[in-house]
Amino acid sequence: MAELTVRAAAPKPRVYAWVQDYGVYAAVLALLLFNVLFTPHFLDVANFRTQLVQVTPIVIVSLGMALVIGTQGIDLSVGSVMALSAALVVLYLGYGWVPALAVALAGGALAGLAGGALVAYIGVQPIVATLALLVGVRGLANVLVPQLVEFRSPGLIALGSSSVAGIPVIVLVAAALTVVMVFLVRRTTFGRQVVAIGGNRPASELSGLPVKRVLLIVYVISGLLAALAGVLATARLQASDPTSLGQFIELSAITAVVVGGTPLTGGRIRVVSTVMGALLMQLLAATLIKHNLPQSWTQMVQAVIILAAVYATRERR
Amino acid sequence: MTSREQVSRVLQQHGAVMVLGVLVVFGSLAFDSFATPGNAASVVVSSSFLAIIAIGMTFVIISGGIDLSVGSLFVLGGVLAAYGSRYGTLAALLLPLAVCAAVGLAQGLIIARTGMAPFIVTLAGLLGVRGLMLAVSDEGATTYLVEDRAFAALGQGELFGLSHPVYVTAALALAAMVLLQRTGFGQNVYAIGGNEQAAALMGVPVARTKVYVYVMSALLAGLAGALNAARLSSGVTILGIGLELDAIAAVVIGGTLLTGGAGGITGTIAGVLLLGVIQSLINQVGTLTSAFQQVVSGAFLALVVVAQRLLSKAQRLS
Repeated sequence: MAELTVRAAAPKPRVYAWVQDYGVYAAVLALLLFNVLFTPHFLDVANFRTQLVQVTPIVIVSLGMALVIGTQGIDLSVGSVMALSAALVVLYLGYGWVPALAVALAGGALAGLAGGALVAYIGVQPIVATLALLVGVRGLANVLVPQLVEFRSPGLIALGSSSVAGIPVIVLVAAALTVVMVFLVRRTTFGRQVVAIGGNRPASELSGLPVKRVLLIVYVISGLLAALAGVLATARLQASDPTSLGQFIELSAITAVVVGGTPLTGGRIRVVSTVMGALLMQLLAATLIKHNLPQSWTQMVQAVIILAAVYATRERR
Repeated sequence: MTSREQVSRVLQQHGAVMVLGVLVVFGSLAFDSFATPGNAASVVVSSSFLAIIAIGMTFVIISGGIDLSVGSLFVLGGVLAAYGSRYGTLAALLLPLAVCAAVGLAQGLIIARTGMAPFIVTLAGLLGVRGLMLAVSDEGATTYLVEDRAFAALGQGELFGLSHPVYVTAALALAAMVLLQRTGFGQNVYAIGGNEQAAALMGVPVARTKVYVYVMSALLAGLAGALNAARLSSGVTILGIGLELDAIAAVVIGGTLLTGGAGGITGTIAGVLLLGVIQSLINQVGTLTSAFQQVVSGAFLALVVVAQRLLSKAQRLS
């Protein structure tokens, strides 16, 4: 439970409070139980690995998104930043995969810096600032790498496909990042500043918090995480595909965050619940597919889950 | 009102029209094939569907909300119109409008009654409506053909060299202007977007107005989809992806503030045309790819919002 709140919690009925705090865990458990009982081959290791590897980019991007949403912001540019990092990593692969990774991350940080500067220093609304980046950065990625490029860098391919103790490296990376983010939000001054700014920006300004700098850093972190997700996804695909990589991942990430119970109104960040939110949506889609329900059903059920989750966890007046 | 305040106000409200004028003059001087009737017609025709959606989005954004479901409603409207056309012209029009209005009603009621964020409710709408569209088209495998001549003519017929949807768009834009500027409903939309609590205290029917706004946005998106299906003679199932973002961009470029309470239809139409003209100019250069066009559009959008922000700061300071 990584959560912090700056508002004085109003007394609320116990059931609501429980659903708000643990609903997403209960839902994941219930869905797991259902699958263990009714889905053949669900407990196969291969199946588990596939599901986890698929959801990894969404988890990594959602970690940054949770931070941004905690400040009452939103970051629509994450999918395009993934595409940019996919383009950059393949362009600089000639210098070795580690320098290429560094360039890709720098590109993501720069995109985050641009969005953060627009939001923090010029006062542009996060949704428009990052919408401009969504359009522009995707274009830039396509200008750099106009079509799908396959590559043969053993290092990068190993990053995408190797495992340690049976667990894929990219899943371990996501798990490590989750731990770091929990620590960042709960145990550091920066984390507390982020939550404070999201909860009440004018008060944070008056009490002397470096509001603009914190906001800027939040968007840079989101850009960095998106870039890393882009590199990992590219490593797994063994091809760079800036045209379609990361498309609509901003919607999946926002969904994971809100299904996890982080309110869009800011001031509260739930890191582990966000990861659970991402797992829940993935598990749900997998369950419906395994039981031969078509794509149309998956999307409609997802819509209902989003509404139910946000309804259950909304602030009561 | 100081002169500086007046200047920034005029720029905020009419900046899009001015930039549009400048770009058109520039395009006409720089490219021989830009200021031709054929090219002008193609820009106007291809912009008309986005314009219809952006008109609805303008109302939503002025009321302080946002509607992410319009892209999905656009494609659903097209599929339902093509499906309905086998039962006649009226069915082709009414089926998509009725279903889309129902979706808008549901979204509006949820937003107005539960206080859930419009962003989330319409994000669910984006997913759910696309799911619904897939469900009625055998998971997107069936492309219904338009089987009614009169309905097809609605999208394909021409008058004075411009196809019918252009006139529909113009009529809708005029009606929307009157609705927004000259009626109590329009005043209520501005009041809610400006300050919802104050509006409620003044006796503005906040919940009802919000519901109307989301129904209207959904209706217009469905209508745009139906007209597009008439133009293409079929209900193509892969359209409308990301269209909500184009519509939001057009509205913002047109000077409507995302914080609500300010903006207008003229600016939105100018915003839509600006996006169309930029695309046309980039096509004129020829060697530039559509990826480059995205870079320009993104940079342009960023420029516009920064300018708007500085202008509104100037207004508050003086």
